[in-house]
Amino acid sequence: MADQSQTAATQADTQAGPQSSSNKGFFSLLEIDMRLLGMVGAFILIALAFNMFTDGRFVTPRNIFNLTVQTVSVAIMATGMVFVIVTRHIDLSVGALLAISSAIGAMMQARWLPQIVGLDYGNPLIAPIAIVTCLAVGTLIGAFNGWLVGYQKIPAFIVTLGGLLIWRYVGWYVTDGQTIAPLDQTFTVLGGAEGTLGVTLSWAVGILASAFTIYALWNARNARKNHGFPIKPLWAEVTIGGVAVVAILGYIATLNAYDIPVGKLKRLFEARGEIMPAGYSEAYGLPISVIILIVVAIAMTLVAKKTRLGKYIFATGGNPDAAELSGINTKLLTVKIFALMGFLCGLSAVIASARLQSHANDIGTLDELRVIAAAVIGGTALSGGIGTIHGAILGALIMQSLQSGMAMVGVDAPLQNIVVGSVLVFAVWIDIQYRKRLGMKI
Amino acid sequence: MEKSADTTMGKNPNTGTPLVELKDISISFGGIKAVDHVSIDLHPGEVVGLLGHNGAGKSTLIKCLSGAYQKDAGEVYINGEKAEIRNTRDARKYNVETIYQTLALADNLDAASNLFLGRELVTPFGFVDEPAMEAETRKIMGRLNPNFQKFKEPVSALSGGQRQSVAIARAVYFNAKILIMDEPTAALGPHETQMVAELIEELKAQGLGIFLIEHDIHNVMRLCDRAMVMKNGQSVGTVNVGEVTDEDILGMIIMGKKPPQAY
Repeated sequence: MADQSQTAATQADTQAGPQSSSNKGFFSLLEIDMRLLGMVGAFILIALAFNMFTDGRFVTPRNIFNLTVQTVSVAIMATGMVFVIVTRHIDLSVGALLAISSAIGAMMQARWLPQIVGLDYGNPLIAPIAIVTCLAVGTLIGAFNGWLVGYQKIPAFIVTLGGLLIWRYVGWYVTDGQTIAPLDQTFTVLGGAEGTLGVTLSWAVGILASAFTIYALWNARNARKNHGFPIKPLWAEVTIGGVAVVAILGYIATLNAYDIPVGKLKRLFEARGEIMPAGYSEAYGLPISVIILIVVAIAMTLVAKKTRLGKYIFATGGNPDAAELSGINTKLLTVKIFALMGFLCGLSAVIASARLQSHANDIGTLDELRVIAAAVIGGTALSGGIGTIHGAILGALIMQSLQSGMAMVGVDAPLQNIVVGSVLVFAVWIDIQYRKRLGMKI
Repeated sequence: MEKSADTTMGKNPNTGTPLVELKDISISFGGIKAVDHVSIDLHPGEVVGLLGHNGAGKSTLIKCLSGAYQKDAGEVYINGEKAEIRNTRDARKYNVETIYQTLALADNLDAASNLFLGRELVTPFGFVDEPAMEAETRKIMGRLNPNFQKFKEPVSALSGGQRQSVAIARAVYFNAKILIMDEPTAALGPHETQMVAELIEELKAQGLGIFLIEHDIHNVMRLCDRAMVMKNGQSVGTVNVGEVTDEDILGMIIMGKKPPQAY
């Protein structure tokens, strides 16, 4: 039952409960979500297998950097898809929303602001205006979808299937079908490789994140203690905190070990009118896009677990009638959920177009399937009420690893699709078996 | 129907302002009159049973009070004042709490989340205060069902009786004045039924008014002060439970036969 988002964080007292400490293993004492553990295990297995088949090219700083940068856009949308699926809806239009947001954002920075408003290229206002435009377009269309679903009672499947066809091609008309480039220099910083923190700042972020993790664990423990609730043993908390800190700092160290190619560095120096000293090297460090994903992940987790909105989302998913009878406005809730999904599509549009440094009409094609697959592999149940943010992000990472791993090994494109499709079905089957054994709702 | 003899029998024994007065309520669904000009009142410290076959209109009538349905005609008075109940939030403002037959629990959430659903306790920063909610839940469950320990499990993992006690706790916690119980013992074993019966006695003693929708005639005879029987959306009659036999009430339910003691 630990997979269930509301209780996952505070599963703390089961070992002190009535049917307590008998036959409980090491992991149940740690009270870690077993499904999360399984997914992390599967991810590590996939990584090691690809590493073997690529002669050690998979688990390298370079590939880990690329992998995470490529995952960000889908992972951000997958966090929103969790809420959509938890409330028993679906959103098939996220790829199309990403495309229209990206189209309008790109037109804004490359055409309208310079040519109509008269802002010069490179004007510092361009990037913020373009970003806000992307977010606003996504949010508005999302809210409209939510209104059609919540108030007009059109099934979400139909509304967003229509949206899948509509919005990408509205974008096509906005751009006249052209690829829009180049994008604003400040804007492209959000894409990944063009905007990284460098070694020192990355370490600073890593240390801050570690400190915050420890503080959060300590705080939660204290809150339970103050109320006199059962708490888990201190060594368990220390183990969890330790693993988290090692993972955070290990990831930072890996990114800091990936040097910027010499040619690119030279160009950077030349752009500043300097000459690169001989033997100079610089590492990428943490990409800004990954920081955005982390912020989204924390914010969405907070929403899921610590806000009324999150409570209502999960309650509505678990029992829509009960939610309604409890005085929850489920129609407005649907609008909020789809608007949030749209906002995240807009954010992903910023990151995806910044990464590609252009807007092409096919941007985000098939993303709806990747996003849904990520959420579902991450343990979100289509029957509603169950799902976690971290699961969806891990699901996105697993999907991306499979895809780029197979590309590196040289698997044919058709076979890649067959494998990814099979993994999706298999993952859900495993999940259902797991829930059956625990006697949970499937 | 003829009126009964002019004694204290066959009359509403209550005097004073009723806690709730449903006056001449009607609702139709697609041309079918689910509730047809029905009136009933409820006084403090009283349990009024609502009886009748499935589809007789009991639940529909009561949902006008709980805010789940909108009445087509008629008036609701609470403490003598006209009340506008458009949704369940309005009903809660009048301290009307409902325990639904289906319990209306979100199975995927724990007891505390269900108890406070729609009325979460929040910290000064606006975040849901889980520890405070759990503490309050532990307090009230300690009173209602001291054996209850599964505070962290989703309620789908609880037994029927435990789920029932969560639903009851939710109604009782928020200082209900008027309690609607829709077949609270239908899914319960004898021990748990006894527990609910004792709770009803206790709440009655505290001065709550309770509408009890009930099929089990023994529970009606044991728990209710008065009972109204409905058939085909209309009221067959209301009786003071102490003045009639269970045969009389069954006659009302099955044949719509109004005994002389009814009013």
